[in-house]
Amino acid sequence: MKILVCISKTPDTTAKIAFTDNNTKFAEAGVQWIINPYDEWYALVRAIELKEANPAITIHLLHVGGTDSEPIIRKALALGGDEAIRVNADPTDSYFVAAQIAEVVRSGGYDLVLTGKETIDYNNGAIGGMVAELLDFPYVALATGLNVEGSTATVKREIEGGEETVEVSLPVVVGCQKGMAEARIPNMRGIMAARTKPLKVTEPVAAEPLTLVAEFGMPPAKAGVKLLSADNVEELVRLLHEEARVI
Amino acid sequence: MSVLIFIDHTSGMIKKASREAISYGAQLAAQLGTTAEGVLLGNVAEDLSALGQHGVQKVYHLQHTNLDHFDAQVYTKVLAQVADQTGAQVLVFSNNTSGKALAPALSVRLKAGLVSGAVSLPDTSNGFVVKKNVFSGKAFANVAVTTERKVIALNVNAFTITTGTGTAEVASLNVDVPAPKTRVISKDKSSGKVTLSEAEVVVSAGRGLKGPENWGIVEELATALDAALACSRPVADAHWRPHSEHVGQTGVAIAPNLYVAAGISGAIQHLAGVNRSKVIVVINKDPEAPFFKAADYGIVGDVFEILPKFTEAVKKVKGVA
Ligand SMILES: Cc1cc2nc3c(=O)[nH]c(=O)nc-3n(C[C@H](O)[C@H](O)[C@H](O)COP(=O)(O)OP(=O)(O)OC[C@H]3O[C@@H](n4cnc5c(N)ncnc54)[C@H](O)[C@@H]3O)c2cc1C
Ligand SMILES: Nc1ncnc2c1ncn2[C@@H]1O[C@H](COP(=O)(O)O)[C@@H](O)[C@H]1O
Repeated sequence: MKILVCISKTPDTTAKIAFTDNNTKFAEAGVQWIINPYDEWYALVRAIELKEANPAITIHLLHVGGTDSEPIIRKALALGGDEAIRVNADPTDSYFVAAQIAEVVRSGGYDLVLTGKETIDYNNGAIGGMVAELLDFPYVALATGLNVEGSTATVKREIEGGEETVEVSLPVVVGCQKGMAEARIPNMRGIMAARTKPLKVTEPVAAEPLTLVAEFGMPPAKAGVKLLSADNVEELVRLLHEEARVI
Repeated sequence: MSVLIFIDHTSGMIKKASREAISYGAQLAAQLGTTAEGVLLGNVAEDLSALGQHGVQKVYHLQHTNLDHFDAQVYTKVLAQVADQTGAQVLVFSNNTSGKALAPALSVRLKAGLVSGAVSLPDTSNGFVVKKNVFSGKAFANVAVTTERKVIALNVNAFTITTGTGTAEVASLNVDVPAPKTRVISKDKSSGKVTLSEAEVVVSAGRGLKGPENWGIVEELATALDAALACSRPVADAHWRPHSEHVGQTGVAIAPNLYVAAGISGAIQHLAGVNRSKVIVVINKDPEAPFFKAADYGIVGDVFEILPKFTEAVKKVKGVA
């Protein structure tokens, strides 16, 4: 069985959010980049766990991005996975990236494609569903659990107010989130091994983006906190009721 | 040309998030000078003509055994046919658990640019530009959709439900319904409780509560406020509370009217998932806790003392003491 794990790159969660070029570009200067947490902590780690249980599984990592993404791809390889593929292109919009991923899946014959629930920078949560549609594969979004037995995957997914377990035959695309696995840190052996794992670079296929970011902005600042003393809880509730009108 | 709104339901009831999507779609249709139509797949107990009160003129109701369970692939194929047959120009979804699976697929199938996580009506004065949240609510982006057709997934709790007096015509359509490739084998719903992502009031607690055995005072406040429960990430990681309650940048992102945070420090990753809340109340014994900077109201004090008092005061205001 072949698993493809889609890895994206995002600013560190504590990065300062600012924009340049007339608010049309994210200010990258001084920003630390990380593997998108959903891709690393859940999609990748779950794929590694599946391989630990069944060594016949092959795991490939896929990233659409420029040369400057190679450190995060190596970091992902240090956690696990047999080899990585980088599609050498600027990830312009979700559709463009999805088209690249679909092409790799088509030519590589993967049975299971894992993405994160969403990236923590653009919060689109779009690529998994788009890839599935491009390939006419079933898609399970917001998955909190995943098992594979033969040619059947059992996926637990979030629904409003609960969870549902579905069974689906491979191939399938699964969007991963918390619950699926526990985050790991790479060990020394993994880091050493990652240096020599293959990292193939391929060129993108043509795909016209469907959207573009016209401008970024920051939300208006809060007015500041109204502090009340510990013996004045009734006053707080009165304010919430009469001033803020939320109770 | 029309605006087509996907109407989602659970246990036979239409979701609140879908009423928001209908209200949004109806206002968008008015802005574009066209009609607003809804589509509902599967069985519901409600009278669909009553959805006219939120502004839809027509609701297509499609029933088939293959639609009884949500399957993203089947629903996508059916919705694409509905969009084609009705000449829909813009498709509106709630960015909820179903919309997150459907909107991207419809975007591809209809070659229609997608904006997911939209927070307001499009600016159509020059093109079609939709505002959405990015960086987990720390910023927003205005996204231009460059295709003829468009798909919008509206964030939950980002748009106010409008209720008027209209009645919608309920109609059916002839479509092909393929067999699903997914099979539901079990469902586990915490029924009766308020759903976190849709909740108007959320009561959340962090490591300051010291242990899972102390959650009684948090639950009592939540009950008094008719609120959903949430927690910080370390609380879920330590299995004090279920993962589904973890809010923040790597958990559920919420935007309730009122968010009460007890014994949570307010780390940047926590704030990222809750900063779209309209009113934030922070209870923390440390006056330097970063959460106070993001709060509207705050009390510096001990949660074990404040929460029970808070519950009592709420009951008094609500007249249930
Ligand atoms: C990549 C990444 C992603 C992350 N994602 C998330 C996320 O999605 N959500 C999230 O929540 N965190 C996330 N975190 C973790 C985050 O950085 C914080 O560690 C976490 O939010 C802290 O949780 P806490 O406030 O409950 O605990 P603490 O930081 O331990 O704070 C406890 C607070 O309780 C107060 N307190 C203690 N006792 C009392 C008392 N008796 N009465 C009143 N107050 C009291 C203390 O003053 C303190 O402020 C992430 C971290 C990383 C690195
Ligand atoms: N540039 C990229 N290269 C590879 N995978 C990506 C890329 N961007 C996003 N993904 C995958 O798609 C998921 C959802 O991303 P998004 O739709 O952009 O929120 C991510 O969690 C990744 O698994």
